[in-house]
Amino acid sequence: MVSGNQNPNTTNQILDTSNQIPNMFSLNQIKQTLENNDRAFLEDLARQAASLTKQYFGRTISLYTPLYLSNYCSSHCTYCGFNSHNRIHRMKLTPDEMHHEMQCVAKTGIKNILLLTGESYKATPLSYLTEAVEIAKKYFTGISLEVHPMEVREYQQLYLAGVDGITIYQETYDRNKYKEVHLSGEKSDYNFRVKTPERIAEAGIRQISMGILLGLGPVAEDLLALFQHVRWMEKNYPGVEHSISFPRLRKIKGKDFAACPVDDKTFIKILCLTRILFPRVGINLSTRENAYLRDHALGLGVTRISAGSNTSVGGYDTQKLVPQDPQFDIEDSRSVKEIIHVLKQKNFDPVLTDWRPIENSVVL
Amino acid sequence: MNINKQDTPLKIGDRVLTSRFFLGTGKFKNKEELRETIQASGTEIVTVALRRIDLERHEENILEYIPEDIILLTNTSGARNAQEAIRIARLAREAGHGNWVKIEVINDSKYLLPDNTETIKATEILSKEGFIVMPYMHPDLYAARALVDAGASCVMPLGSLIGSNQGLKAKEFIKILIKEIDLPVVVDAGIGAPSQAAEAMEMGADAVLVNTAIATADQPALVAHAFSLAVKAGRLAYLSNLPTEKESAEASSPLTGFLYK
Repeated sequence: MVSGNQNPNTTNQILDTSNQIPNMFSLNQIKQTLENNDRAFLEDLARQAASLTKQYFGRTISLYTPLYLSNYCSSHCTYCGFNSHNRIHRMKLTPDEMHHEMQCVAKTGIKNILLLTGESYKATPLSYLTEAVEIAKKYFTGISLEVHPMEVREYQQLYLAGVDGITIYQETYDRNKYKEVHLSGEKSDYNFRVKTPERIAEAGIRQISMGILLGLGPVAEDLLALFQHVRWMEKNYPGVEHSISFPRLRKIKGKDFAACPVDDKTFIKILCLTRILFPRVGINLSTRENAYLRDHALGLGVTRISAGSNTSVGGYDTQKLVPQDPQFDIEDSRSVKEIIHVLKQKNFDPVLTDWRPIENSVVL
Repeated sequence: MNINKQDTPLKIGDRVLTSRFFLGTGKFKNKEELRETIQASGTEIVTVALRRIDLERHEENILEYIPEDIILLTNTSGARNAQEAIRIARLAREAGHGNWVKIEVINDSKYLLPDNTETIKATEILSKEGFIVMPYMHPDLYAARALVDAGASCVMPLGSLIGSNQGLKAKEFIKILIKEIDLPVVVDAGIGAPSQAAEAMEMGADAVLVNTAIATADQPALVAHAFSLAVKAGRLAYLSNLPTEKESAEASSPLTGFLYK
C-alpha cells in the first residue's frame, strides 16, 4: 500500500486493494490515481482495463439511441438546459409523433432505445410513459427509460409494460453541492433520489444504469460514493445487470457549470479505474464526448455507446426544422451507419440486438 | 490411429457426435472470424444466445455464419429464473431454431454463477416438452442427480467462473459427477487454455465447451484448432487408462513384497 506523498509509478502499488474492503478503493487511492500524471502509469492502467474488458466483453459494443419524449420539467437544476426556470419552448410528443420518431430511429437499424423526458410528474405521468413503452415495443427489442424517479409499484407497471432498463443518475453524492444545484422540485429531495436504484431493483427491472455528472461535485469523492453505491446494489440485488455512466458536465449556450472540470486524461483514468474495480459492469459512453475520445476509449472499458443521437424533443423528424434548445450539446454527431463502420474498422462487433424481449412477468 | 475406433461415440439426445469439443459464439470481433473458427475447431455443436439472434432478420444474422450441418444449441443467456429460461427456449423453438437448448439461469451479475434450483425446474418442464436439454450447472452432486431425474440430456458443470480463464477450479467436484452421473458430463465455463481442456478430458469428462479463451484470442481459429487437438489428446489419454498421479515415489509392492522374498 502506498502512503504519504509518494507518487507511485506502478499501478500495482496503487491498485493493491488487499488491505481494503475486498475490491474497494479508499478515497486516497482514487485521489492518487487521478492526480498521478505519469505517462507510464496511465498506460499501465489502460492496459489492465483493456485486458479485463476484452476478457469479459470480448470485442462487442452495444449500440443505443436516445429519444427525447418531452422537455417539460418541474425541477430547477442550475446546470440543465431543460430546467423549469429556463424559458425554452416546452413540448411533448403525442402518440402519433412517437410512432413517427421511433420509425425514424428504427430505420437506422438500432434495436435498443433510451426514452427520456424532463422530470415532470404532471406532464409525463406513468400513463404517458407506459404508452410510450407500448409504442416502442413495436420498433425495438430493448427499451430503457431515463425519467423522473418513481415508487416501486410504478416501476413494476413499467416492467410489466416491457421496460428492460432504467437510468438514474445521482448527479453528485455531495449533499451540500446537491442542495446548491437542485434548487426546487422533486429532484431537490436527495434521499428519495439516492434510494431510487433500490426501488427499481425491487420492481424486477433487469438493467439499472447509475451515474454521476462529472464536474458537478468533488470528483474523487463522488466516484468513491458511486462505486460504493454500485457495490451495495450488486450485493443486495445480484440479479440486476448494473451499468455505470459518468457523463461530463457540458456547457449550455456557452455557459460553464463545472465546478471541478475533468480533463481528458482524468476522464480516461476514471474509465479505466471503473473497469478494474468492476470487471463485469457495463460502462456507457454518450455523445457528450467527441468522436476522437469515443473512438479511442472503446477498448478501454466502454461496453455501450449511443449513436445517431439527437437531444431535442422530436429531433429525429417531427420537429426537425423547429429551432429548439437541446438538453445539452452533442459532441459526436455521427450517424448510426458511420458509427457501425468505425466499430468494424476498429475490429469491434457492433451489437444492435442486445436483448430478446420475453414477456415480463412478476417473479414468483 | 483413428481415435473413433478406440472410443465409444458420444451420444447426446438422439445424435451421435464425433467431436467432443463444443464452441460458444459470444465475444467474437466479427462473424467472419466466427465462421473460420467453427471450421478450424471441427466442432459439431455451437451455442448461440437467443437474446443475440435477430429473429426479424433486419441485421447481419449470426446464424448465416454457422454451417447447416452443425447443431445449433440455443442458450437461455439473460434468463434470471426458470420461467424466463422456459420462455426463451420456447421462443427459440417457435422461431425455428430446433429443440436443442442449453439452460443457463443466472441471477448474479457479478459472478455469473448458475442457479441450480431454477435450472432443475426449467429442465423438468422443457424436457417434458420435447427439448434436448443441456443444463449449465454448478457441480453439485445432488443437483446433478436431480437434473438426471428432470430429464436432462447431459450435465454441464462449470470448470470455474464464466470468462475467467481460471481452468478447473471445481475439478474435485466435477470428478464426482463423472463417477456418479451416467449422463455425459460436459465441462463448460472457465477453460482458458488447451492444456486445461486436455486435463478435463483426461479425467474423464465427455466433452468440453469453450468460448472466451477462443473468441478473445488474437487468432481465434488457430486457438480453436489447438483446443480441438487438446480435447482429442485428453480423450486418448483417458482411454489409455493413464497411471494415476502418486504423492511420492513408491516401491512396486511395499506391503506384499515380503511374500516373495
